Amino acid sequence: MTAVGDSAVGDGAPAVEIDGLVKRYGRTTAVDGLAFSCARGVVTAILGPNGAGKTSTIEICEGFRRPDGGTVRVLGLDPADPALKPRLGIMPQAGGVPPAARAGEWLRVVSRFYAHPLDPDALLALLGLTAHARTPYRRLSGGQQQRLSLAAAVVGRPELVFLDEPTAGLDPQARHACWDLVTALRDAGVSVVLTTHQMDEAERLSDHVVVIDHGRVVAEGTPSELTGAERQLRFRARPGLDVEELLAALPPGSAAKESPSGHYIIEGQVGPQLLATVTAWCATEGVTTEDLRIERRTLEDVFLELTGRELR
Amino acid sequence: MSAITTLDLTPRPGAAPLHRMVLAQAGAEIRATLRNGEQLLLTLIIPILLLAGFSAAPLVDVGGGRRVDFVAPGILALAVMSTAFTGQAIATGFERRYGVLRRLGATPLSRTGLLLAKTVAVVAVEALQIVVITVVALALGWSPHGGPLWAVPLLLLGTAAFSGLGLLMAGTLRAEATLAGANLVYLVLLGLGGVLFPLDRFPGGVRQVLELLPISALTSGLRGVLGDGGGFPGGPLLVLLCWAVAALALAARTFRWE
Repeated sequence: MTAVGDSAVGDGAPAVEIDGLVKRYGRTTAVDGLAFSCARGVVTAILGPNGAGKTSTIEICEGFRRPDGGTVRVLGLDPADPALKPRLGIMPQAGGVPPAARAGEWLRVVSRFYAHPLDPDALLALLGLTAHARTPYRRLSGGQQQRLSLAAAVVGRPELVFLDEPTAGLDPQARHACWDLVTALRDAGVSVVLTTHQMDEAERLSDHVVVIDHGRVVAEGTPSELTGAERQLRFRARPGLDVEELLAALPPGSAAKESPSGHYIIEGQVGPQLLATVTAWCATEGVTTEDLRIERRTLEDVFLELTGRELR
Repeated sequence: MSAITTLDLTPRPGAAPLHRMVLAQAGAEIRATLRNGEQLLLTLIIPILLLAGFSAAPLVDVGGGRRVDFVAPGILALAVMSTAFTGQAIATGFERRYGVLRRLGATPLSRTGLLLAKTVAVVAVEALQIVVITVVALALGWSPHGGPLWAVPLLLLGTAAFSGLGLLMAGTLRAEATLAGANLVYLVLLGLGGVLFPLDRFPGGVRQVLELLPISALTSGLRGVLGDGGGFPGGPLLVLLCWAVAALALAARTFRWE
C-alpha cells in the first residue's frame, strides 16, 4: 500500500486491522493476542460471551483505550489519530450524554460538530424519538437512550461505525428499527463493526462474524460458513426415549441425541428417507412427536460448541 | 424502511469549522447552566440576596462609607467565583463521571475546542450575572467611581484563576467529592475572602495570608477600582496571575478525562 499525499493515507485499507492485540487490566488479560480484520462496506459482528474481550477490543479501535501489545489500524490509521474523528461514528455501550440534556437538542449539538450532518429531526423521526425530542436524557427509557446514542453515532455521515451492543435492552420494534438502520448504512457503503451476544442479531445482520472468547478469535467466517450446510432433524417427545435403539434404525453415519431433556436432534443424511424412518420408528414405539422440523444448525449451536456451556 | 430511504446515509465525513463546534458546545453548556436550579441558586439568587441583605441592613461594620459601595464589588467577585469555580467544577466533574467528556472526545471537537467552549460559556454566564448584579446594586444606590475599565482585566484573570482551580478539582476528584468540596470552598472563601466581612477585622498575620487568596485579590482589586477611585490594581492582578498560572498548569498536568 503506497500513500499518495496525506489525503490518500488509509484509503483502500481495511476498515479495521487487528494483529496480536493484547490488553491487560492489572493481572487480568482481557485481550490475548487477538487477530482479525474487518472489510470495508460490510457488517462485521464480534460475537462472544460476557467478558470475552469484545468491549475492550472495540474501545481500543475507537481510540478510548491504548493496547498493551500488538497493532490496530482503523481505516489504515492509528486509532489515536485525530484525523479519524470525523470519519468514525461511535455508539458506546452506555452513557456519554449529560442526564439533563434534552434528546433533540443534544443530537443537534453533536450534528454541529460535523461538516455535512444528517438532519437531526429526520433521524429522530426514523428512530421513533420525535415525541421525546424535548425529554431530558435521564427521563428516556433504556431503549430510547440506546436509540439516541445510535442516532449520534451516524449523524455525522461517517465511513465506519462502531456499535457496542446496539440492541441490548431494546424491545422487538426498536430492535428491528435498529437492524433496518444498520442494513441501510451497509447498503449506503458504510462499514459497520458491532458487538453482540445475540445470535439472531449476528446471523441476520452481519456479513462476517468473528467469534471471540477469552480474548482470542475462536472462529470466523460468514454466518453460513460458521453454521455449515449440515442440516438437522429436530423434534420434541416424552423424555427418555431409547436413542440407541432409534439410531440402530437409522442409516449408518447418522447421529442422535437428546438435548435438553425431551428435545431430540438427529444429524446425518437428513432427507425424506430419514424423516420417514424416524416417524415410522416413533409410530411403532407409540411415541407422539411434536414440533418435528428440519433445519440448519443455528449460530447459537456453533457458539455454544465453541465457547462451552458454563456460565460466565 | 420507507423513512430510511429519505436519509442519505452515504459517507460524507468532515469536521465542522472550529468556531461552529465551539459555539454549539458553548450554547449547550450555557443552556445547561441556566436550566439548572442549583446552579442558578449559586450564581444569581444567593449573590443577589446577599447584595440586597447586606446593603440594606447593618449586618457588618464596613467602616466608613455606604454599605452598598462596599458590598457590590464583593458580590461581583463572588459571582465570578460561583460560575468559574463552583459551577464549572461540579458540572465538569459530573460530565467526567457520566462519560460525557469521553463521548465528546470521540467527536471532531478537540480538547482545545471543548476548553474554549467552556470558557465562552463561563464568560457569557458571568456577563449575565454582572449585568443583573449591577442593575440591582445601582437600584440600591451604588455609585461606582474610579476606573471601571480596570475591572475588566481583574474579572478576566479572576475567571482564569477560578477556572483553573475548578478544573483541577473536577479532573482529579470523584464527582461527589467535587460537589461537596466545591460548595465547601465557596462557603469558606465567601467567609474569609473579604467579600462581606472586611479583612481588617482579622488579626494582622492571618490577614496577610488571607489577602493572598484569589477571592480576596479579586474583591480588593474590584473595590479599589470601582469604589476608592484607585488606578492600576497591580497587587491584586499579580496575585490572580500567579493563581491562574499555577492552577491551570496543574490542572493541565493532572486532569483525567475518564
